Amino acid sequence: MSHAILGWHDLFGLFAQFLVLSLLAVGGAIATAPDMHRYVVVEHGWLSDAQFTSSVAIAQAAPGPNLLFVAVIGWNVAGFAGVTATMLGILIPSTTLAIAATRWGSQRRESRFVRAFTSGMAPVTLGLLLATGYVLTEPSRTSLGAMGLVVVTVLVIARTRLSPMWLVALGALVGALGWT
Amino acid sequence: MSDNGPSPAERAPACRPEPLDGLAAGGSKPPSRPLPSPQGAEAINAPASPRELFVVFNRLSLQGFGGVLPIAQHHLVEREGWLTRAQFVELLSIGQVLPGPNVVNMALMLGDRHFGWRGALAALAGILLVPMLVVLTLAALYARYSGVPAVAGALRGMGAVSAGLVLATAVKLAPTLKTNPLGRAVCAAVALAVFGAIGLLHWPLVWIVLGLGSASVGYAWWRLGR
Repeated sequence: MSHAILGWHDLFGLFAQFLVLSLLAVGGAIATAPDMHRYVVVEHGWLSDAQFTSSVAIAQAAPGPNLLFVAVIGWNVAGFAGVTATMLGILIPSTTLAIAATRWGSQRRESRFVRAFTSGMAPVTLGLLLATGYVLTEPSRTSLGAMGLVVVTVLVIARTRLSPMWLVALGALVGALGWT
Repeated sequence: MSDNGPSPAERAPACRPEPLDGLAAGGSKPPSRPLPSPQGAEAINAPASPRELFVVFNRLSLQGFGGVLPIAQHHLVEREGWLTRAQFVELLSIGQVLPGPNVVNMALMLGDRHFGWRGALAALAGILLVPMLVVLTLAALYARYSGVPAVAGALRGMGAVSAGLVLATAVKLAPTLKTNPLGRAVCAAVALAVFGAIGLLHWPLVWIVLGLGSASVGYAWWRLGR
């Protein structure tokens, strides 16, 4: 894979851009993908549209948090220097904030505000999980085999403590046999 | 493996603001105390060292295809017993409203509560470092094999399973709402409203969290003050 040769100036710009996006990434880094697209594809032309889309798709299919699509974008833009710029940029602000927030919250965990916050947000969190799962079924809805996999997964995982790994392997097998 | 009852974490001694070390810590892992929960039940176990945080988060991250959340629930609640289901929902709720990925925020918060900065960095490195090398390797391979039908099919099948995993996690965590001060009916209404707005109507997340989230938190504030 050939990378664009970026100077220090461009690398710093990339880092600064992801630094800002980090603080806007409420609901996960994927929420800022449209803006990353604007910066690296439209504005600077470091990646093509297809390269950008496949960067996101690979990270979704691979193990690990979806955030890692940021590393793939950095890699495709400028190799290891690019990975360093995008990953440090996206991580430093949100990491610092998460630690500050948890320390603030655990000192006041019995306070009325913190208890109201965690109990009030709990049903919102569960609603979001349902919505995320539902949106993820989108590509499967046209295939009986794929919807079968969704249903089997929900039943098995909700009723047992079997490791999700087994179902992922089942999904890969059923898919590779062409039944999805 | 058909146990649908409370997880081991939830069978822990209940309703005690401070955990009793002898009761709560699992055998030979005394250094870090299990987390107390405002809703009563305590975690039955705690990570023994930053190294153990690294190992567990590395393992769950490498097993997390198409999202780490379901496997994180499996490992942190069901296997390690570091969190009860209620504590898991609580950390997730906080991780959700902060910028950054919710699972990464959870790792940071759990690590920080047990071992401060060292714990947070160990958990963060665990969840990111090795998986990042794997993803970059796959990115290099993808260009070569993306045209093979079996590979494309396997990815589709794994995608279907990962959707099912997220839905099942929601089903598994739903019983934690039973003890919520909002009451069951209000909890169900809020969860369904969020599902409809995001899943069916595709409204922007930020406005839902700000709007429905603050209404729900406001109502909880009022209920807790009565």
